[in-house]
Amino acid sequence: MSMDRRQFLKIAGISTVLGLGGASVMRGVRGSEAEASHVMTNEKALTAKRWAMVIDVSKFRTEEEYKRLIKACHSIHNVPDFGEPKDAIKWIWTDTYEHTFPTQPNEYMGESVKEKPFVLLCNHCANPPCVRVCPTKATFKRKDGIVMMDQHRCIGCRFCMAACPFGARSFNYKDPRLALKPEDENKEYPTRTIGVVEKCTFCTERLSKGLIPACVEAAREIAKETGTEPGMYFGDLDEPGSEVRKVLSACYTIRRKPELGTEPSVFYVIGGEKNA
Amino acid sequence: MLEKALNGSRRYWTWVFFLLALVGVGFVNYLYQFKNGLGITGMSRDVSWGLYIGQFTFLVGVAASAVMLVIPYYLHDFKKFSKIVILGEFLAVAAVTMCISFIFVDLGQPMRVLNVIFHPTPNSILFWDMIVLNGYLFLNIIIGWMTLSADRKGVKPPHWVRPLIYLSIPWAFSIHTVTAFLYAGLPGRHFWLSAIMAARFLASAFAGGPALLIILALIVRRLTKFDPGKEPIQAVGKIVTYAMIANVFFLGLEFFTAFYSQIPGHMDSFKYLYTGFEGHDRLVPLMWTSSVLAVVSLILLIIPSWRKSESILATACVALFISLWIDKGFGLVIGGFIPNPFDTITEYWPTLRESLIATGVWALGFLVLTLLYKIAVTVREETSGIEIEH
Repeated sequence: MSMDRRQFLKIAGISTVLGLGGASVMRGVRGSEAEASHVMTNEKALTAKRWAMVIDVSKFRTEEEYKRLIKACHSIHNVPDFGEPKDAIKWIWTDTYEHTFPTQPNEYMGESVKEKPFVLLCNHCANPPCVRVCPTKATFKRKDGIVMMDQHRCIGCRFCMAACPFGARSFNYKDPRLALKPEDENKEYPTRTIGVVEKCTFCTERLSKGLIPACVEAAREIAKETGTEPGMYFGDLDEPGSEVRKVLSACYTIRRKPELGTEPSVFYVIGGEKNA
Repeated sequence: MLEKALNGSRRYWTWVFFLLALVGVGFVNYLYQFKNGLGITGMSRDVSWGLYIGQFTFLVGVAASAVMLVIPYYLHDFKKFSKIVILGEFLAVAAVTMCISFIFVDLGQPMRVLNVIFHPTPNSILFWDMIVLNGYLFLNIIIGWMTLSADRKGVKPPHWVRPLIYLSIPWAFSIHTVTAFLYAGLPGRHFWLSAIMAARFLASAFAGGPALLIILALIVRRLTKFDPGKEPIQAVGKIVTYAMIANVFFLGLEFFTAFYSQIPGHMDSFKYLYTGFEGHDRLVPLMWTSSVLAVVSLILLIIPSWRKSESILATACVALFISLWIDKGFGLVIGGFIPNPFDTITEYWPTLRESLIATGVWALGFLVLTLLYKIAVTVREETSGIEIEH
């Protein structure tokens, strides 16, 4: 089909008007309700101003219980197990009091606390040094306080690992997909590529579907089975009535290395013989 | 002028091909690392920076040291440096080339390196380091090239080069200050969290870089008809002496703060490096080698009659360079990661492949240096006897 000058101008004119019209409609929409977000949020999604976690280590009894927490997280997030510490990827793990709180040593501490495993994960600091140092904004803080990673943007410089005072970050020194059995892979969650950093995300993918983090859910299941109280709480630190705030006001809690000013969002109830 | 690098003796070409072979070996090993990941290095979850970043840090210092020739010559009109200032500028070009290459080989996702530009992040010190390093590279290429080609033609360099030379002075300080800030601003890494870090970096840079320059000038004199002159070398020797005294003094300040305060976090890395910590002592022999060489070099440098002997000066410079290379290119980076945030120890030692890749980067730098020096020396040989003010 050929087109003369007149026809061309007509079509061009109409499409310009339509185009402008379209743009103004869009502007109207963005100005009113759908602010900045083009993605529809799930109505069931859990939201908060600052997500936080309280871990009551006195509530856990056996090594098996800790393993369940770790497995709950690592299996759904496709965290590979290379079987050696050098290249290890860890989102959640356990260590002793001495290693968890190295700046608060106490050599006369009772065996019950000394030998007790502590659950460790990213602290989702309110003032995160990892976010400050990242040269590409691949790690960033969300509005709900979660410190998140964009593994497609990460260049693998590992500045964040040097900056994190809690050793919460792991680097994919090897291809993580080689350590994942296809039958174990969770197809709902992406696997990572070689050469990027990763860590706990407070299960953002579950929160957006209205589910609590996998480790907290596992802790609740354990409590139900053993007829006790759960050892992990999750909620909004900004909400006075939230589960975490209730525990925080009822129990004495500590955080890891608070003197560094990173303001961790993970709190620990230590307990001891009497509480156990 | 580039053609001058293509016309050399048999010895020149043997050296060039030797370097090319090392670059080739490094490159093949890098391809292996590219495919299999940084797991092929000795780096771990706990010691997440190693030889590459250590060498990068050390070489930023070598690059910055050009300013120790530029300041006396251009700001104090110290004419004796007129012939060797070009050697400093071209050394800076080679050193920055190595710095950028070491950063590149250290990246887990090197193909995404441009993300630093696509997503500029001013709160990241690494972003600023990229800017100052690239800026310094271009400044020195332009300044070195323009002044040398003017010399060759027997004319003054264009006027616009002068402001660039002045700019290159604070710029040299900036590259090493920013590099120190990569470390000195991290909470929880007590070994690095020290206000004197940038000053210490600069002192060690102004000792190590000029020491290398003296060695290079003596080699140039032996191998070519170009003589950088006895007096300029002695003058650089004095700079090396003062800078090394400052460097050792600054290190002493670190020791005092750590061991008089007795704060464990401040002492632990030093203990690991110099005495071993909780049974781990892999770096102790290296660090003591560095300390002994530092003392030896200082004694040789401080006594004027010894320093005036070029063979003793050269020995002192070699000792000093190795000392700083160990201290800053290895101990400083590894020490910061030990003990780790859990107060436990994971030791680090580079693998063979990692070392070959690092050697390849050094060879690349020396290749750049060789070609640039060949050009500079040939021009100097052709114009010997003619003095031109810049």
